[in-house]
Amino acid sequence: MPLSATNFAQPRPVPVGIRSNEKSLSSDPFRFRFRGSPSFLGSPHSLRFNPTPPLKLAIPHCRRSAAAAVTDVSNGTMVKSSANMLITKEEGLELYEDMILGRFFEDMCAQMYYRGKMFGFVHLYNGQEAVSTGFIKLLKKEDTVVSTYRDHVHALSKGVPARAVMSELFGKATGCCRGQGGSMHMFSKEHNLIGGFAFIGEGIPVATGAAFSSKYRREVLKEASADHVTLAFFGDGTCNNGQFYECLNMAALWKLPIIFVVENNLWAIGMSHLRATSDPEIWKKGPAFGMAGVHVDGMDVLKVREVAKEAIERARRGDGPTLVECETYRFRGHSLADPDELRDPAEKARYAARDPISALKKYMIENKLANEQELKSIEKKIDEVLDDAVEFSDESPLPPRSQLLENVFADSKGFGIGPDGKYRCEDPKFTQGTAHV
Amino acid sequence: MATLFQGVGAVTPFSASSSLDSNKLLLPSRKSLSISDSRGSIFVYRSDALNLKAATRLQLSPGHQKRSPSEDLLLHQSRGSFGAFGLYLHCLRIAYPWHELLLFEALREGLEEEMERDPRVCVMGEDVGHYGGSYKVTKGLAEKYGDLRVLDTPIAENSFTGMGIGAAMTGLRPIVEGMNMGFLLLAFNQISNNCGMLHYTSGGQFTIPIVIRGPGGVGRQLGAEHSQRLESYFQSIPGIQMVACSTPYNAKGLMKAAIRSENPVILFEHVLLYNLKERIPDEEYVLSLEEAEMVRPGEHITILTYSRMRYHVMQAAKTLVNKGYDPEVIDIRSLKPFDLYTIGCSVKKTHRVLIVEECMRTGGIGASLTAAITENFHDYLDAPIVCLSSQDVPTPYAGTLEEWTVVQPAQIVSAVEQLCQ
Repeated sequence: MPLSATNFAQPRPVPVGIRSNEKSLSSDPFRFRFRGSPSFLGSPHSLRFNPTPPLKLAIPHCRRSAAAAVTDVSNGTMVKSSANMLITKEEGLELYEDMILGRFFEDMCAQMYYRGKMFGFVHLYNGQEAVSTGFIKLLKKEDTVVSTYRDHVHALSKGVPARAVMSELFGKATGCCRGQGGSMHMFSKEHNLIGGFAFIGEGIPVATGAAFSSKYRREVLKEASADHVTLAFFGDGTCNNGQFYECLNMAALWKLPIIFVVENNLWAIGMSHLRATSDPEIWKKGPAFGMAGVHVDGMDVLKVREVAKEAIERARRGDGPTLVECETYRFRGHSLADPDELRDPAEKARYAARDPISALKKYMIENKLANEQELKSIEKKIDEVLDDAVEFSDESPLPPRSQLLENVFADSKGFGIGPDGKYRCEDPKFTQGTAHV
Repeated sequence: MATLFQGVGAVTPFSASSSLDSNKLLLPSRKSLSISDSRGSIFVYRSDALNLKAATRLQLSPGHQKRSPSEDLLLHQSRGSFGAFGLYLHCLRIAYPWHELLLFEALREGLEEEMERDPRVCVMGEDVGHYGGSYKVTKGLAEKYGDLRVLDTPIAENSFTGMGIGAAMTGLRPIVEGMNMGFLLLAFNQISNNCGMLHYTSGGQFTIPIVIRGPGGVGRQLGAEHSQRLESYFQSIPGIQMVACSTPYNAKGLMKAAIRSENPVILFEHVLLYNLKERIPDEEYVLSLEEAEMVRPGEHITILTYSRMRYHVMQAAKTLVNKGYDPEVIDIRSLKPFDLYTIGCSVKKTHRVLIVEECMRTGGIGASLTAAITENFHDYLDAPIVCLSSQDVPTPYAGTLEEWTVVQPAQIVSAVEQLCQ
């Protein structure tokens, strides 16, 4: 489609805001229910906001099954026949394993941190696994994922081996970034994970660029198979940042194959989302830019997966971006240095009861997709994977001095010409890391 | 077939170097080679559509490093008469194919050649497409290559620079244009955190072959915000290279080199230099990003400069020559990293250094250069290094005030006189 200004001037038929129904469905679990007021259960007691009027929403029929997912079954209502299952047994086990890997890995990180094996800022993902698993397990290897500092689990879901992530955290040379990135900068060329960014929001333009590349390949380089999509993960705090809005605009303008996934865990360190944002409903900001905006229960991996499927398909078709707001929660503090004293224990308890892993486990068992043994064996397997990862990382070497200067430039001629007339990178001490640059 | 030419320093114009097959040595390349590179290692080469190998840099044997002064003359800029040699070069010009153009056209030519050569090269920026670029550097390219390849962005510098970085990481070779370099202050987050650092923090996994370019510097009463010199702000960012062009010849060569480089490069152009006219070779050439350019060899004092100040220096040089001085003028061109070899050879010869730049006094390129020279060549200096920079003043609108913030030829002349006492 030609990129002229007039195209965008047309009102788009697309803007749909779709909210998933809330968890407490009373009588009829299979009907979508909408509420005018969003329920941000995490709001501090003193704050109130006005409920928005009921929205006009387009609901395709298939959405009903998405609503009646894990949480409905857990209410003890009628079990659907296996023909209507959202996932097959294999898929279920894959999702379960991925979430367990994420959870156990983060718990291991905490242990290792307190044992002095890793340092600095470490941000753990406990509680949010449904978002990472729900989205990333639908991707192809060539699709790109861009994350923030809370990126360990995104890396694991994308396929980066636990060994590589753990030794990166330990700062060893065998880490996925050779020990040069650390917790907040996970990268993997093989798995198309481009970060890992420490400043919030700065990964979103990079993700937009990756999506632009995909569109460029398809339309300029005429590579027919270039239908790769990009997922950009970021939090609620980022949604008040200029880069977010600038990229929403550009992505919608050029119909880039990107999905903006907001992991709204209601807290930006100690700043409640409601205290920072004039209109806390982030999904609504999508339609403002002419793209689909969707809200989903981020503690329910199957709901996330349904929404993700649609968004990814939309991007792959070339129909442009989607903004998905996942309501989720982090069970731990912002980072391992955060004492997490500000959040209401009652709120934490409410969300702990909605633990995505327990919910999926319950769903699978009650729908006869798996039994206790199988799930336990997955957990055991992950335990072994992690023990191996820690052992591997412990035994891996620290980066030697020679590594210091190697990756500053892709072309080390960039260090310039020294007084002796030779390029600095030709100095024998360069490979030892002791050259004067 | 790619034909590789090597410029050799010590040879006289029509003789072949002993290290080269004389059949391969062609004279137009010899002339153009003598221009920019004190070590004679610029390549002029023809590449056909099939063979896109870049020329590699050859090492010269030590004997060829020293050149006779006549061969060192860069005549494109000095426009002064140099007697018989000038006539010789004039004859060369007639005999070999050149074309005359303005600096912005040279930039466009370089850009177009690279876009033709590699379909992954794309441009993004404000008004680069339909408008043709606010300084016409990208004029006609959108019609030729389409709206996606020459992308008109909304006004969101931070985000579209980040988008360029993301595109570079995933296989494209974007050129991001800042309509004015000052606007790139808004993109500082992306340039510093991502452009410079991601190759390192990813452990070398992702390269960022991006070129960020745009006009900067003090213009004609453009006001403080449009007259900024961002090279001083960017110079500490690890992982980037910075070059400043000053002539149509080096503009085209540096543009091509920057696009071909695997490193992120920031190419500084100057608002007042876009209409400079010069003859450049028809043949394709690429310059080195890390090397300085010998503008005028001399014996008494080394004057280091770049971008627009080169012209103030050359104007002062005329006066100085009339007064009996013999300044050596070097256009450092590579702002990060410095070409300490060319600079060092010059310092060892003249023992006096004057730096003339348009950056602010505090923390400018000149300040870094002073430190670098002191650190490396202290023993060779007969006098302290003098650095003439712009005043630490927001560039005023009024013409008279603006003139006083920037270094003028008269100041250069008196500084040289003082240094050479």
